[in-house]
Formats: sequence, structure tokens, C-alpha cells
Amino acid sequence: MWKTRKEEEDQPLNALLGQQSPLPTAIPGREGRSMDPKNENFRADVAHIGKSVVFKGELSGSEDLYLDGEVEGGIELRGHSLIIGPNGRIRANVHARDVVIHGKVEGNVRGADRVELKKSSILTGDISTQRIVIEDGAFFKGAIDIQKDAAKPEAKREAAAAAAASAGGFTPHTSGVSRISGPSASTPLSPPTPHDHNKK
Amino acid sequence: MGSVSNTFFRFFGGASAPSEISASSSQRVSRRSSGLNEFTRAVCESNNQDESLCILDLGPTSPANIAHLTGLGHKVYNEDVLQASTDPALSVNMEDGTSVFDLKRFAAENLVYEAALFDAVLCWDVPDYLPETLVKPLVERIHRALKPGGVLLAFFHTRDAGPDAAYYRYHIASKDTLELQRGPQFRLQRVFQNRHIENLFRDYSSIKFFLSRDHIREVLVVR
Repeated sequence: MWKTRKEEEDQPLNALLGQQSPLPTAIPGREGRSMDPKNENFRADVAHIGKSVVFKGELSGSEDLYLDGEVEGGIELRGHSLIIGPNGRIRANVHARDVVIHGKVEGNVRGADRVELKKSSILTGDISTQRIVIEDGAFFKGAIDIQKDAAKPEAKREAAAAAAASAGGFTPHTSGVSRISGPSASTPLSPPTPHDHNKK
Repeated sequence: MGSVSNTFFRFFGGASAPSEISASSSQRVSRRSSGLNEFTRAVCESNNQDESLCILDLGPTSPANIAHLTGLGHKVYNEDVLQASTDPALSVNMEDGTSVFDLKRFAAENLVYEAALFDAVLCWDVPDYLPETLVKPLVERIHRALKPGGVLLAFFHTRDAGPDAAYYRYHIASKDTLELQRGPQFRLQRVFQNRHIENLFRDYSSIKFFLSRDHIREVLVVR
């Protein structure tokens, strides 16, 4: 309500993601963004939905996504990052590995690794994640449930299994453990900020 | 800047005065809070089995509060009711040209929680800035949402604070220390006397006042 967005609409994407963030600069149709693959920030693997796009339905994918349009329904990007741009208007439950919100979201947000609310964000819904970063100025209405790190007990079991194997014992099946991203996993889209609780 | 500082000193004069002078919107001043200390103790005592408690913060979204409370393993609910009350859609124009606050719609859209969900509520000084018609429904709604034995921390200005007392956001710095940051410009609606506060929370089982010399009464209420 008191938030004004005009000044954010023309911000370069770099500013929206933090100065040190590797950026999804390969975004067509936007001025001031490098399309040069030699640029160290170039990320061709980030899909982009522009601000004029309106989508209704279940949106799912297996790659990182920058979403600046409107979505109504559901968003499922397990194991990948989702950035909701300043023009993003989401009325959906969101599930991704990392979720960075600049725009407006109405729905529950589940970030397997991290959820980040930027200062321009407006979120009405519940958050479930392992780590959360909230910038001063963000508007949030809902509940925050910090999940315990699921990787730790798995890692312990794996370590115990490895120890048993080295001792000649049976090694249980541990497939899928490596897919779990713990706090130490690097998140290429948004490095920790001073607001990161785990850094305090 | 000088007038802002004066406002701060008028607001926080005395033993609990802030440790810093300047008070721009981004700067914060720290203040010890006996009420918060007691609140923290009550929450810890009620949590014998180290369970995850549900705590409702009625102030503006505070990263510090969320970090502090989730760091203790609790589940945090955040709802800025004061900001919600300023929604222009809640103002209904009557035939005679006057506008009336749509209490029914506000109640339908805000503070909608199941009964006995919360173990604790941080109310801060929200009642002082809310429209008159909202204060009692707010307290009743919180009463319903609080568990028996649940605690509520609220702040009330004294008359000495004056009608132009600035609105501050409260950030928890530690178990007994708050950081205050100038918030949006809300106007103090009224000053509650102790008797009014007791009446407001008459459905609760106990109420405890913490007096300070900074024109604020801290109140810890037990459901």
C-alpha cells in the first residue's frame, strides 16, 4: 500500500539480485543487460518470463527461472531457483530450491534451501524453508516455518555407512542424498547477504 | 534533524533513554525493555519440552524479530494490522458524505486464525495507533487465538508522550533489548489509562505493568 514500485521498474537486474550475485543477464528484450556469453555473469540456463506475460495454470520446469510476469495457479521448480522480478504478480503456491522475491506473491512459498524477500517484495502467505533472508522494507503477512536441515542426519547416516563399508560392513542404498542441498551448498543466484540469519 | 532528536528525547527521556541521538528512518536506537525480558522468560518457562512455539508479531515485518524468534526454534507469524487498517478499501462512503470504517471486512481479512493457535503475541504499541473501533475487536480476536497461559506483550503511551508521539518499529536485539526505528507516520489515536488497559484485557487472567521513564507503559498479559 505504501510501497511504490515505479523506481524499481527500470532497475537493472544486477541491482535487484545484489551486486555480487551472478546474474541471469541473458534476458532478451531488456536494455542494459549483457548478452555476451563471454561475460562472467552470463547464464544461458536461466529461463525468463517477461512482465507482459500472463500465465494461468501449473508452471513447472527443471531449470532456473526469472519470472517478471503474472502467474495464477502453481509454480514447481524443485531443485532449481526462482526469481520473481519487481513486476512479478504471483497468485500461486511456489516450490523451488531457492526463491528470491522482488514482486508480489499471494500464496505459500516453499524453498527447499532458501527464501529471500527483497525490500520491494510483498508476500501474503506462509514460508517454509531452511534459511530465510528478509530485507528491511519487505512486507510479509503469514507464517515462517524454518525447517531443520534434512541433509545433516542423512549425511551422518552416509558417514556411518561409509565407515561401516570401510570396515567391511554392508553399505545401505543412499541414492538421492546428494541432491539435498544443505546450508553449505552454494547458491549461484543470490549469495548470502548481511541479513542472512545463519551468518549472524 | 534537531526537531527529530528533540522528539526522541521527549519520547525516550529518562533512564531508558536511547543510547544514540540521531533518529533517521534507517537508524535505530536501542532501549532496554523489562516487558520484553519478562515476555522472553514467560515464553521459555512455558516451553518446558523445547517445542516449537507459535508466536504472532503484529508489528511491521522485522527481519530482526523473525531472525531472533526463528533462531530460538519458534514458528513466527507476522501480520501488520496497523498497516492493514489503512487500506483505502476499508473506508466506506455513506450517503451523507461521511466515511465509515468497514469493520466487518477488516475482521474477515485480518487476524483470521484458529482458536488457541498462539503461545505468545507481540502486540507492541499497535492499539495506541489503531482506529477506536478496531481496538476492542483486536484484543478479543487475540484472546481467541491465544492459548490458555499464552502471553501478550503490549506497549502503551502515557499522556506525557504527547499526541505527536512518533510511530516506531520495534526490533528485538536480545532478550531484554529492543531497537527502535522510525516507521511510517501514524498518528497516536489516544492514550489509555491504566484502568482502560485493565478493562481492555479483562478477559485475560493476569496483567502486569512495567513502568519506565520514557512515556511508555509496558504491559505483559497472560491469557
